[in-house]
Amino acid sequence: MTTTLSAADPAAPPRQEARPPRRRRRETALTKRTLLLFGGPFVALFAAMYIAPIVYATVSSLYVVKRSGLGLTAPTKEFDPLHNFAQAFGDHDFLAALGRVGLFAVVQVPLMLGLALGLALLIDAKSARGKGFFRLASFLPYAIPGVSAALVWSFMYSSGSSPINNLLEPLGIQIPFFSGGSVLWSVANIVTWSWTGYNMIIIYSALQLIPGEVLEAAKMDGASALRIAWNIKIPAVRGSLVLTAVFSIIGSAQLYNEPTVLQPISGGSVSSTFTPIMSAQSAVAAGNYHYAAAQSVILAVAVGVLSFVFFKLTNRGDKA
Amino acid sequence: MSTTVTRPAAPSKARRTAKAAARRETTAASSGVVLTLLLISTAYFLFPLWWLLVSVTKPFGRQFSGSGLWFDGFGLFDNLSRLTAQSDGIFWRWMLNSVLYCGIGALGATLMSAMAGYLLAKYEFRGKGALFGAVLAAVLVPKILFTLPLYLMFSEVGLINNPLAVLLPSIVSPFGVYLARVFAAQAVPGEVIEAGRLDGAGEFRIFRTIALPMMLPALVTIFLFQFVEIWNNYLLPAMVLGDDRLQPVTVGLVGWNAAHGVAVPASLVVVGSLVSVVPLIVAFLALQRFWRAGMTAGAVK
Repeated sequence: MTTTLSAADPAAPPRQEARPPRRRRRETALTKRTLLLFGGPFVALFAAMYIAPIVYATVSSLYVVKRSGLGLTAPTKEFDPLHNFAQAFGDHDFLAALGRVGLFAVVQVPLMLGLALGLALLIDAKSARGKGFFRLASFLPYAIPGVSAALVWSFMYSSGSSPINNLLEPLGIQIPFFSGGSVLWSVANIVTWSWTGYNMIIIYSALQLIPGEVLEAAKMDGASALRIAWNIKIPAVRGSLVLTAVFSIIGSAQLYNEPTVLQPISGGSVSSTFTPIMSAQSAVAAGNYHYAAAQSVILAVAVGVLSFVFFKLTNRGDKA
Repeated sequence: MSTTVTRPAAPSKARRTAKAAARRETTAASSGVVLTLLLISTAYFLFPLWWLLVSVTKPFGRQFSGSGLWFDGFGLFDNLSRLTAQSDGIFWRWMLNSVLYCGIGALGATLMSAMAGYLLAKYEFRGKGALFGAVLAAVLVPKILFTLPLYLMFSEVGLINNPLAVLLPSIVSPFGVYLARVFAAQAVPGEVIEAGRLDGAGEFRIFRTIALPMMLPALVTIFLFQFVEIWNNYLLPAMVLGDDRLQPVTVGLVGWNAAHGVAVPASLVVVGSLVSVVPLIVAFLALQRFWRAGMTAGAVK
């Protein structure tokens, strides 16, 4: 299919003419119209909804609104490219939010992916029964919208009636879900609950692609199930693990729904600047749009750098 | 164990034989360990949902009393009628809003993704690499980061409190384009397109009558994932829709919840939470084979 069209491309080398030139011209026109028809709507909206906001946020972050001391004159917008960024890097709340999400990612992502990998290996194991049921049961939380999942878990956590603490009461254990030290991990639990099954399915799909002969041969050589998992299966799903890790790191940066839902019942443990997105949103609520834009830009750059570094690090292992 | 397969025409029998062979090869101890671990993890995943299900059937007001893990009286219908009565039935209005935003948004996104993905897979044109690169980059940037600038842009053009502010961003799905491209490259043979051309069909007609049906499994996946993504998106509608009659159910429920059980009883939030997740669970159960195939296609490539 591509050959007929690339023949119409002026940059393509001239081919042996099998067709009259008139037909070639018609195809060129057709390509342009087709291009516009198929790609036009997407490109137009993509530009408006993805590229324009980035440009808007970046430009906006370079300006500052200056008000006169008495507020008698109208505020003026001034170009001051470093002001908002300097403010962000001196803002303890924003830096604390960045650090909190960084800590969250470092702990939650490996934990969740370890759980997902373990589950995928267990369901893939020869001795597993009811694979379909277990696969679906762990995936079900993904079908629950993030906000709804957070609501349900907030009922699980709520201090007076927590069914979890009810169960643990006879053992003399009460988990302080909303204490300053543990509220981040209460949030991490909701995220883990929601996304483990999703990641498990991706890893499980990769496990299905391992040729049966390879596993059979390893078995013939006397390898145990654990050894096969460690030496054959886990290396085979490495690509999927890297992919899910990158998506999970990106997901951590977006942390917003769960802490926001827990905020009103957390007794102050979840501040209005708990995560970077919440911090930027509270800047919007305070009317400081330019500062919110700068925070968004910093977060986007941080995520981009992290994903890139992670890709580089994990790819280096491949070449070695 | 493949030697036991004598007739390739009976795959189910072959699979059963393979399964039996696998069972014979494993010890009772190892399957016991595997089963135990799987049951523990399943209890973790189903526990909150079970609690929700049990709570909704309890008589109104008793949602937070008792163990929470077993039924205690029956009040399901009373709970649902109280849900309907609260604030003139606004809950069902929210549900309808959610279904409309998600349905229209996902349908638009699926159609545009199909066309753009097909274009990227089956045509050569200048800027193709740049377009695909931009799509991939957009998949990798946290979507929520676009929300604040979009809110500011929409306020400048007067789109606040307008359903379009939720719909327009929803019908662009870079991940959908990516998935459609992967699938079109695999599932639509070039020869078939060529044959359509020789028969004199136009490019769009070939796409509509030949390529689109072939891409159907991927399109169902894109629709489903986009539907869930729009349903999941909380920050954007919460910011751009101040009028509570326009809000989707997630924003409405969080608003109720934030009222701390003062204006709206907490029990009602529990009932509403369960009702609001039913459509998504049904959709996932009904479309299982599609999303599984779609996730595999997206993950492996």
